[in-house]
Amino acid sequence: MSSTARKPLSVSASLFCGLTLMASISAPALATETDNAAQDLITKGRYVAEAADCAACHTMPGSAPFAGGYAFQLPIGTLYSSNITPDKTNGIGNWTEAQFVRAIREGVRADGASLYPAMPFPSYARMTDEDLHALYVYFMQGVQPVADPVRANTIPWPLSMRFPLTFWRWVFAPSPEAARASAARTFASPELARGAYLVEGPGHCGACHTKRGIAMQETALTAQDGPHYLAGGAAVDGWTPPSLRGEPRTGLGAWSVADLTAFLRTGRNTRGSAFGNMDTAVHHGTQYLTEDDLTAIARYLKSLPAADATQHPWQPDPAATRALRSGGKLTPGQRLYLDNCAACHRSTGAGYAPAFPPLAGNPVVMNRAPDSIIHIILTGATLHGTSAAPSSFTMPGFDKRLTDAQVAAVVTFIRHAWGNDAAAVSDVDVAHTRKQLIPATMQSAPPTSEGAAHSASHPAMDAN
Amino acid sequence: MAEKTLPPVDVVVVGSGWAGSIMAKELCEAGLSVVMLERGARRSTARDGAYPASIDELEGAVRYKLFQNPAQTTVTVRNRTDQEAVPYRRLAAFLPGAGVGGAGLHWTGVHFRATPQDLRLRSHVVERYGSKFIPEGMALQDYGVTYEELEPFFDRAEKVFGTSGLAYTVNGEVTGKGNVFAPDRSDDFPLPPLRDVYTAHLFRHAATEAGYHPYAMPAANASQPYTNTYGAQMGPCNFCGYCSDYACYMSAKASPNVNIMPALRRHENFTLRSNAHVLKVLLDSTGKKATGVVYQDAEGNHITQPAGLVILAAFQFHNVHLMLLSGIGKAYDPASNTGTVGRNFTYQNITNSTVLMPPTRSTDQFIGSAGGVAIDDFNSDNFDHGPHGFIGGSPLWVNQAGVKPIAGAKGSFPGAPRWGSAWKKAAIDTYRHSFTINAQGSNMAYRDVYLDLDPTWRTSYGQPMLRMTFDWKDNDIRMNRFVVSQLEGVVKALGAQDAHYGMREPGKPFDVRDYQTTHLCGGAIMGEDPKTSALNRYLQSWDVPNVFVVGANAFPQGMGYNPTGLVAALAYWSAHHIRTQWLKGNGGPLVAQ
Repeated sequence: MSSTARKPLSVSASLFCGLTLMASISAPALATETDNAAQDLITKGRYVAEAADCAACHTMPGSAPFAGGYAFQLPIGTLYSSNITPDKTNGIGNWTEAQFVRAIREGVRADGASLYPAMPFPSYARMTDEDLHALYVYFMQGVQPVADPVRANTIPWPLSMRFPLTFWRWVFAPSPEAARASAARTFASPELARGAYLVEGPGHCGACHTKRGIAMQETALTAQDGPHYLAGGAAVDGWTPPSLRGEPRTGLGAWSVADLTAFLRTGRNTRGSAFGNMDTAVHHGTQYLTEDDLTAIARYLKSLPAADATQHPWQPDPAATRALRSGGKLTPGQRLYLDNCAACHRSTGAGYAPAFPPLAGNPVVMNRAPDSIIHIILTGATLHGTSAAPSSFTMPGFDKRLTDAQVAAVVTFIRHAWGNDAAAVSDVDVAHTRKQLIPATMQSAPPTSEGAAHSASHPAMDAN
Repeated sequence: MAEKTLPPVDVVVVGSGWAGSIMAKELCEAGLSVVMLERGARRSTARDGAYPASIDELEGAVRYKLFQNPAQTTVTVRNRTDQEAVPYRRLAAFLPGAGVGGAGLHWTGVHFRATPQDLRLRSHVVERYGSKFIPEGMALQDYGVTYEELEPFFDRAEKVFGTSGLAYTVNGEVTGKGNVFAPDRSDDFPLPPLRDVYTAHLFRHAATEAGYHPYAMPAANASQPYTNTYGAQMGPCNFCGYCSDYACYMSAKASPNVNIMPALRRHENFTLRSNAHVLKVLLDSTGKKATGVVYQDAEGNHITQPAGLVILAAFQFHNVHLMLLSGIGKAYDPASNTGTVGRNFTYQNITNSTVLMPPTRSTDQFIGSAGGVAIDDFNSDNFDHGPHGFIGGSPLWVNQAGVKPIAGAKGSFPGAPRWGSAWKKAAIDTYRHSFTINAQGSNMAYRDVYLDLDPTWRTSYGQPMLRMTFDWKDNDIRMNRFVVSQLEGVVKALGAQDAHYGMREPGKPFDVRDYQTTHLCGGAIMGEDPKTSALNRYLQSWDVPNVFVVGANAFPQGMGYNPTGLVAALAYWSAHHIRTQWLKGNGGPLVAQ
């Protein structure tokens, strides 16, 4: 039972005569007296941590919350997330609030060293004093200290030197003052302002969904910075984050506000399912946001016009369905689709949402970069359950079953079928992706060992 | 091997199938700390149902991946009390599951309610036919609970299972073309019925022509995507036929793993321990109160789990076995007809008839689901038994569950050549043009059919095996032969080329070598009289009131319908009374003796 138990357990019913009471359920471990105001602040801080999705990077599946150790595979080496529990030796227990706030907004550690920009401080720079105060109180008082030492990064010298990061910060990271001035710009409604704050600030959506420049800096940090913002990023852990702007085929142009809130709440809707790192983001973060905040996020995202104005809306085309159902001569891609994919995704490509997502008209399928679709066919992926949708669905991996040429054929078919219009892929593309998928990058792959995923601190991570 | 005692919990649930999962969910909702112990492995649709590897007949139906390993523990079997029982070493006649989800993971999904007559069969027979109608040696009993009392719990289970079906009446009003013999319902099925496969379609028309009343079988295979009471989501059935013996890769077949575990695991007060084989229930010095259970873990350690409430929800005969090993209630003695634990052990009386259609009709037997078309004209007491002189009945149905390659190669039409090109031709013709009609009938309880501890054989855990003494009796043989013979009109209307009527043969003993059904019942039955039932009408042990024993073990006799729907309803019924009465009382009996 972790100290972050989401709600205190009612044990009143156990108080009947003659029954042995449980001893195993501990009360939430709060270091100080829990008067209501302090408790409210901790609760608020936890909400900020969820909005900022801290756990996605600082909590390993099956480990104690916020003890770090999550591996980022970067071109320059492997970076491990840090222990941000209030442990005084291994965590941040000795940090003052000022040091804490500086790390989050400016990327500077308590010892003055610069953080790698894997920590999204250029986005967090927007966060308000009020939110950061609550967050600090939560981490100091609402999180259980864990004495796990920080794992050493494997970034070789000279890239391991941190002083160049200081220059990076000067060049690319906004000053907190500038960031907050940007956050305070004029919006059409308070709801849009709130949505912009959540997306551009704590939500740090752009860290993945905005393209990065030559020095790994995000090419845009806010909607004000132009159409690059949230127009889709480069692959992270082998998954390509799609555009969150209004493109009708490759972005969210066809998604309604209700589609978006359902997706952020449950990881699934009738148009698609979360996988890869987005599954993690929903699991640790967005599922806990209030309906108002999710609606604000959705309305803000819907306010972003298409970066690519040339796309026509997706229209269903029955030709592929007819071919699959004809029983006639099929192309290798059609044949592979029938034998491997159609059971769940159907000959119409419509799937059985929300259990099995559609491929027809799905923005992820039509992404210019085929990385995600190749990746998911090779490794499979698990959509974990959430509070509102506890079922977990796993797509199995086909890496042992399909050759590079077969994957290329079926991906090419899917990207062309039912009105989809994305470019073909080759066996060379597949071979390249397959080579990248070393086990360490597959942290979202389905559980394979007996009970490996079942842990007290992450009951919901056990795929069913 | 080490011994260890764990901190106490409120409830220990033995078994993770439907009964255990329902009880655990209900008691977690009541705020109790619940530990579920499962003797087998962790199982999930993600792993065990991963497509396409999961649709492997050799692994699933030949090597029995999801089933109990008889090398660890099994039963001994004999037909009569004057025989020596020998162990059931190879799974065949019945297939108990092992692993999380239990039999609920490998079942097909046929999901019936019980008939009102079957729930009070003794009273009903006496009322309609007189007490002399009951043959000597038949231990006919009532459940002690009526259909009207169980109706809300049948309804609840269907909404959790995502059951597809078609009602006949809802709240007294005829609403659809469902089973005219079905009792009234408080609500329709949560999903429309599965569509008829071709053979079921043929059967529907032929049965109508023969003057019977066909209906769509209720199936816990979702006919559409479904979100259940607990927020758990199901995909729809695509008729792939890999239901029975397999985890459903579509999450379309209801299972504890798909329909309950996702929500159950979110309870912080819930713990599941797999590879935990419960050896016995521990009683205090009075023998009237359970203090917990002791189980053996994967490393061979003996772990004591103290608990205030013990729910036995293992497979039917494992529940009986645990009661006998633990000394809960008095063991049944057929000689003196005393004792309750082990009595009224029953099975299900199923025989299969095969219809061979003309070569122009392809029966597409690879298609399958838990759906189909049935007639209930000869089930339960839907017909006058007076002229026939037997008790019980049997639905007749085409429940095409998908014939896989190995089974297809093994199953030629009766009388076909056994080798060579003639066999190949017969196998191909049988697969392409035949189909099966099942008569799945009731099995009554008898004084000399029972369960007890074997005096000779021991399990790998060093405990006496459970001994089954079972044989077919005249009443049930005549019932089966009568019902199957009613198929002649259907076969004629089908325009079949040939038909083989599968009937029980008088004098032919129960044979464990052929698969029949896993629908074993009784042995620790519910009832109104502590002298003839082990459990009261709330499934509470008469003898140890903080032990509830949930499952088909509670059925006083075997019915024609599949048992799971009644098991689930009884679990919700029992849990409801634990929550609303027992937890608020002093932990004593819910029914005074």
